[in-house]
Amino acid sequence: MMDKRSLLKHEAVKFIPFALLILALPMAFREGYLLNVFVFVGIHTLLAVALNLLLGYAGQISLGQAAFFGLGAYGSGILTATHGLNPWLAMVLVAAAVGVLAFLIGFPILKLKGHYLAMATLGFGIIVYIVFNEAVDVTGGPSGLSGIPNLAVGGITFDSDFKNYYLIWGITLLTILLSLNLVNSRIGRGLRAIHDSEVAARVMGVNVRLLKVQIFALSAVISSVAGSLYAYTMTFVSPTSFGFNFSVELVTMVIIGGLGSIYGSFLGAALLTLLPEFLRAFQDYDIVVYGFLLIFMTMYMPGGLVRGIPALVGRIAERIGIRKKVDA
Amino acid sequence: MLKRATFILTFVVSLAILAGSALAAPPIKIGGLFAVTGPASFLGEPERNTAQMVVSEINASGGIKGRKLELIVYDTQGDATKAVQAANRLIKDDKVSAIIGPSTTGDTMAVIPVAEKAQIPLISCAAGSKITDPVKKWVFKTAQNDGLAVAKIYENLKRKKIAKVAILTVSDGFGSSGREQLKAQAAAHGMQIVSDDTYGPKDTDMTAQLTKIRGSGAQAVICWGTNPGPAVIARNAKQLGLKLPLYMSHGVSSKKFIELAGDASEGIVLPSGRVIVADLLPNSDRQKKSLIAFVKDYQKHYNAEGDHFGGHAWDALMLLKGAIERGSDNPAAIRNQLERTRNFAGIGGVFTYSPNDHAGLAKDAFVLVEIRKRDFALVK
Repeated sequence: MMDKRSLLKHEAVKFIPFALLILALPMAFREGYLLNVFVFVGIHTLLAVALNLLLGYAGQISLGQAAFFGLGAYGSGILTATHGLNPWLAMVLVAAAVGVLAFLIGFPILKLKGHYLAMATLGFGIIVYIVFNEAVDVTGGPSGLSGIPNLAVGGITFDSDFKNYYLIWGITLLTILLSLNLVNSRIGRGLRAIHDSEVAARVMGVNVRLLKVQIFALSAVISSVAGSLYAYTMTFVSPTSFGFNFSVELVTMVIIGGLGSIYGSFLGAALLTLLPEFLRAFQDYDIVVYGFLLIFMTMYMPGGLVRGIPALVGRIAERIGIRKKVDA
Repeated sequence: MLKRATFILTFVVSLAILAGSALAAPPIKIGGLFAVTGPASFLGEPERNTAQMVVSEINASGGIKGRKLELIVYDTQGDATKAVQAANRLIKDDKVSAIIGPSTTGDTMAVIPVAEKAQIPLISCAAGSKITDPVKKWVFKTAQNDGLAVAKIYENLKRKKIAKVAILTVSDGFGSSGREQLKAQAAAHGMQIVSDDTYGPKDTDMTAQLTKIRGSGAQAVICWGTNPGPAVIARNAKQLGLKLPLYMSHGVSSKKFIELAGDASEGIVLPSGRVIVADLLPNSDRQKKSLIAFVKDYQKHYNAEGDHFGGHAWDALMLLKGAIERGSDNPAAIRNQLERTRNFAGIGGVFTYSPNDHAGLAKDAFVLVEIRKRDFALVK
């Protein structure tokens, strides 16, 4: 096991270049639409990191993450657009409320395992979606809720892609840093112990039940913040963005990116958000190509992109090396 | 020597081609946002097909003021997030002069802030009255407001001296907008809603709701939904022996509904755009020429019947064409000219936009039709 200092160095070597790369990215496309897509990559990364803590580290599946995302978005939207609350205050209040809600439902739900847990979280997601859709007086129903303000600090209003990029990525990078800290701590080791064997974890003195609920609630709070940021960026929310499909997309991001890797969550979120944009060249067949790519990636990179890409690069380098030998 | 001559010849020819292409004006770029896949694909697909058809025909006949049109279509999948990304791409990268679509009210509401900020005219193909009420500077729409269809039904009921109605609406955007309008206009037409129920878009049996309606004392049933729900309701009503007159919305005004409901469709009355009864219209009807042209064209290109959803895209493109012809392809000029559109007889109705009205249609955009012997007939 690494001692504290070398662990810190180990993480810094990865995090600092990553953060610099992210912060420098807008220089590459200025005000083009790709910047707008990268704003969404930021929101999706936040969501994928939140789910990865639960799914990748603690090994607990959730098919209802879109519900927490939606509660954050609708909560902030309703509090600001309908009740005129300060957007920052609304974001904090809603995140706290979602955290309490997740804590309360987490106790009964997380007693379940495997398929049954998947079913329970799926059910929760669908109930929340139905409420968004049917509570027309509060949520605006299927045609959505508009008139949500942008976030503002002092004299700066976050109303352009450029400003939103730095706002959202600032929060996302901070969350990544906190998550890295968490998974390298005693709690992170506890989570991994639960992942491998709950009985063994309990024997080692981990409060399995409480820890599972806590990480579930943390994951919900991060998703809720992502939802609030989404609402303030779009200035509009409608139920279709928070359905079952999106929950599945998030699980796909985490698995494609790499379970149990924070950077993997970024790779998965970036890939699944950017890929459809590049596949538009295939016109009507884009969905087919998209599906095939996902199948191939899960088949040939079972550990996710974060482990698959280095392995692939290594293999190619090896092959080139061998070729060179033959040529010589 | 020969080689050199060939070289010079090639050089001259390619120079001429280059000069030629530089002289020909660049195409006018128009963006299209349609929900081609996903739950709203029944809207997006005919809209995209129609848009492509109209653009290719405008280009075949020499374009607008000698310039060709270039249509760039992105699929929103009926998802607000994707609609916003696609709108950004159309505006920032493709640099379009105007956008037609999106197909659904939700997508449109999501895209409006983007279009307003970039100052690009948007002609929505969705029906929600929120889109143009209050009026937004850069946003227009071609689909008829649901309120107009409701008024048409209530007037007919009044003539039949019916005052107690039951409403049964689907729990999606279309249904909730219809329900809102049905409730809002009831008092003004002297209607009393004695039963107010909803059903899910994927429900396959509505006997429970209909049984409740039977006991409610209603004299007529108004159902608001898109296929296939209303067909299930028609069949269930027949099975239950419910003798009340059944009214549907314009959401089912296509032959598809008659196919799905079969004999149970007999006698159902619904408001509809004129497109399904194009050949029954008197020659004096102002829209007849446009309607026949659209129906024939769609049949020729796609071997299917053009419906009023495709009609929304047809209207949007034709309004745009008119605006560009009168002004230029500059977004601000297009917007100003759109607002000055007067008496344009399209598929959805006769459009007259003004600074206070970006929906442009009156109640006569709808006609009432009755289903008789598995076909539509005009109600006089």
